[in-house]
Amino acid sequence: MTAREKEYRVDYLARVEGEGALYIKLRGREVVDVKFRIFEPPRLFEALLVGRMYYDAPDITARICGICPVAYQMSSVHAFERLFGVTIAPSVRSLRRLYYCGEWIESHMLHAFLLHAPDFLGYDDAIKMAKKHPRVVKNALKVKKLGNDIVSLLGGREIHPVSACVGGFYRVPSKRELMELRERLVENMATVEDLLEWVADLEFPAFEQDYEFVSLRHPEEYPMNEGRIVSNKGLDIDVDQYEDYFAEEQVPHSNALHSYIVGRGSYMVGPLSRINLNYDKLHDRTKGALRRIGFKTPCRNPFKSIIARVAETYYSFEEALRIIDEYVEPSSPRVEPQVRAGRGCGCTEAPRGILYHRYDVDGEGRILSAKIVPPTAQNQKRIEEDLRALAPEIVRLPRSQAVWRFEQAVRNYDPCISCATHFLKLEIEEE
Amino acid sequence: MAKRRPKIAVYKFASCDGCQLSILDLEEELLTIGETFEIAYFLEASRAVVKGPYDIGLVEGSITTPHDAELIKEIRKNCRVLITIGACATAGGIQALRNWRGSAEFMKYVYPKPEYIETLDKSTPISDHVPVDFELRGCPINKYQLLEVISAYLSGRAPSIPNQSVCVECKLRGTACVMVARGVPCLGPVTHAGCGAICPAYGRGCYGCYGPKESLNSKSLMKRFIELGRRREEVVMAFRLFNAWAPGFREVEAEA
Repeated sequence: MTAREKEYRVDYLARVEGEGALYIKLRGREVVDVKFRIFEPPRLFEALLVGRMYYDAPDITARICGICPVAYQMSSVHAFERLFGVTIAPSVRSLRRLYYCGEWIESHMLHAFLLHAPDFLGYDDAIKMAKKHPRVVKNALKVKKLGNDIVSLLGGREIHPVSACVGGFYRVPSKRELMELRERLVENMATVEDLLEWVADLEFPAFEQDYEFVSLRHPEEYPMNEGRIVSNKGLDIDVDQYEDYFAEEQVPHSNALHSYIVGRGSYMVGPLSRINLNYDKLHDRTKGALRRIGFKTPCRNPFKSIIARVAETYYSFEEALRIIDEYVEPSSPRVEPQVRAGRGCGCTEAPRGILYHRYDVDGEGRILSAKIVPPTAQNQKRIEEDLRALAPEIVRLPRSQAVWRFEQAVRNYDPCISCATHFLKLEIEEE
Repeated sequence: MAKRRPKIAVYKFASCDGCQLSILDLEEELLTIGETFEIAYFLEASRAVVKGPYDIGLVEGSITTPHDAELIKEIRKNCRVLITIGACATAGGIQALRNWRGSAEFMKYVYPKPEYIETLDKSTPISDHVPVDFELRGCPINKYQLLEVISAYLSGRAPSIPNQSVCVECKLRGTACVMVARGVPCLGPVTHAGCGAICPAYGRGCYGCYGPKESLNSKSLMKRFIELGRRREEVVMAFRLFNAWAPGFREVEAEA
């Protein structure tokens, strides 16, 4: 290393889900190298799904990620239901949205307040942050618990819930059970609005990029389980066309594949993309709260993704209340699918962005092949580009602050490394 | 002088993060835990690292790479008490399904250039590599059982973790037997308690995510599944999930 070269390393990136590392090298102010490395060991999910029955897929793929098991269950369920031509009852469809509301709430509260907010205020973790900001941390935990309680009611437990299946649920809640949740949702709406105001007052680095935002879009609702895949740069495709427009490339330094849009390059998925592309589908109270804090779309500052997470939490409260108020118990919790051979694709909005599943099955429902593209794999290329763009500015800071700011820029994306890794390419060569 | 707070470290190997997430899911207890213990190493929650040795090491995940097989030995030296949390660390996890077909076949399927990949042929539990003081089961673990185990070790008593079958938990919960009443195949009779018998309460059979209980009769249960109309292939697959490699479930095919 010459005198003018500077290296920044984080060997074990903290406050992210899974194992990753950061490496940035500069020569003068020129960025020579940026690596967001993933070294989480591979678990080979696509391979171990081969030979399993279709009905195992929701339970097995849930184990890709302990934070967003609902998303994995839902993408697999939708893939098979599209293939088998299953039509579910409207109230079962609503319950799936409620299930998703629960997961967005718990995952967004976890990330925004336990993992990301400490960066903005210079704390190592939320427990230390709680000493100075006890009310905020306690409120975030209370709201997070409510999200987990929604998932637990619908699925039996918050991590790897057991009720979702191809065709519906094994068990649906009674109206009375939902009414108990309703009370707590109403009580905590104001808390979430306080949290939204709190994150809006954080100090955000002035940093904007010309992103291609990608999310689902549905004609009637803020996207969760269904919709077309769209972007702010003209993409508008059916889920079945995903692999015609998106591809993965192997990069020599990382263990995971980088996704890109064919002919264009990197893109961003997640709450910031969703809110930028679907602001018009938010409910009125969420829109009002966003106006009050002065949040405007399109927002091109990735550090403000924390605002989008809390805004989506607020939306999830409104949506959950709407669903509970309109809920009528379905006559049957699930329909028996008519199994047939073929290919099914599913894509839903995991807390971190679109999650694509594709399966080929034989006539008995045996899985012949599987492909899963999680949100973090899709954001990886964009994360590195952000680091590259931020580097010339950041390196003026003292080293310890610079390293911290690089970490924060990665955490903007709430990376879920266990997710990204089940299909990663491991390389033997270490630096 | 105030009593020194016990140091806790949390480690992750091949896993989904769900079991260590259980700690962060103890929303009502989390801040108290932060006051009672020194969370000395817990990368999912904090970037601060306090040097060992640690009073308690919690290990999530199975061993799947040569690097991890070495790392766990270092961790063992650094922890007075080592507790594995969850099916991956205790039994090898869902990724242990490779253990039958061999990782070479799996790798070829997932990677265009399998020769670049460094991985062990089998996904194995922590206890295959180092002595373990306590194995907490479950995919995921029950977070209240985790609190019980930690409290027990800190006060020097044995953890109170019942080792009966899921059937007992169904009785306690007042759930009618799904297999007897509705003919739904259920792994409850051979599965270790701990989850609270969630699946039967939700109208489906237990899928064994807490692993085999002691002295089980899987042969007899398999026979019953076949009588209930399941194909043999499906019956074997029922045992081949998150605890597939655990002794008791691992042998099912050979038994038939």
